[in-house]
Amino acid sequence: MKYLKRPLIALDVLVQSPEEAIREAGKLLVESELVEPSYVDAMVNSFKKNGPYFVIAPNIALPHARPEDGVNEACVSLIRLAHPIHFGHFANDPVQLVFALGASSSEEHLKILQNLTALLGDTKNVDRLLRVQSYEEIHQLLEV
Amino acid sequence: MKILCVCGLGQGTSLILRINVESVLREIGIQADVENTDVSSASSEHPDYIITNKELAKNLEGHPSKIILVNNYFDKDEIKNALEANLGK
Repeated sequence: MKYLKRPLIALDVLVQSPEEAIREAGKLLVESELVEPSYVDAMVNSFKKNGPYFVIAPNIALPHARPEDGVNEACVSLIRLAHPIHFGHFANDPVQLVFALGASSSEEHLKILQNLTALLGDTKNVDRLLRVQSYEEIHQLLEV
Repeated sequence: MKILCVCGLGQGTSLILRINVESVLREIGIQADVENTDVSSASSEHPDYIITNKELAKNLEGHPSKIILVNNYFDKDEIKNALEANLGK
């Protein structure tokens, strides 16, 4: 399981559209060989088909696809966008934190989601993620 | 009582919703069987309640289960209010 490891985080990424945001967050997973490029296409297709339902809280998008779309290991990446982007969600737009979830059918998948729920369930942590300047600061946040 | 948490694929966001719904139910002392699935499978199931967001609820129009809407999946107060307002009615 790879949960927000250093190569899986990028701060202040410049994108122009939701699709580009999903692709940038997915690219971090592909570069670490945690998912196949087909998985990133599947995340984008899911957005086109099912809409922005994965914008699950103000500021936060959690794009993902299915394990069979090409996941090698349960994982999640984070990109913070340089400028907030509108995904078309009626309540939670705009989005600045994009967590690309490599969904697996293993127990590790549940563990990743429990970790994310604990982290993002506290709005103080979300505020800090929006303000941090370095990976080290995020690392501290993850250890708490 | 059976509650189904629903998202587009049944893999990610519905599981987060389920984690928080189970936690809120424990807190308010309500016993329920909570599961998560994708929106197309949900169409053929008949739980007492379906919890999802407004984006997906339009795909469940006419479904016999009572639909409960949650916007912020991490906001346990919102989930608690939504459950208390709907369960048992």
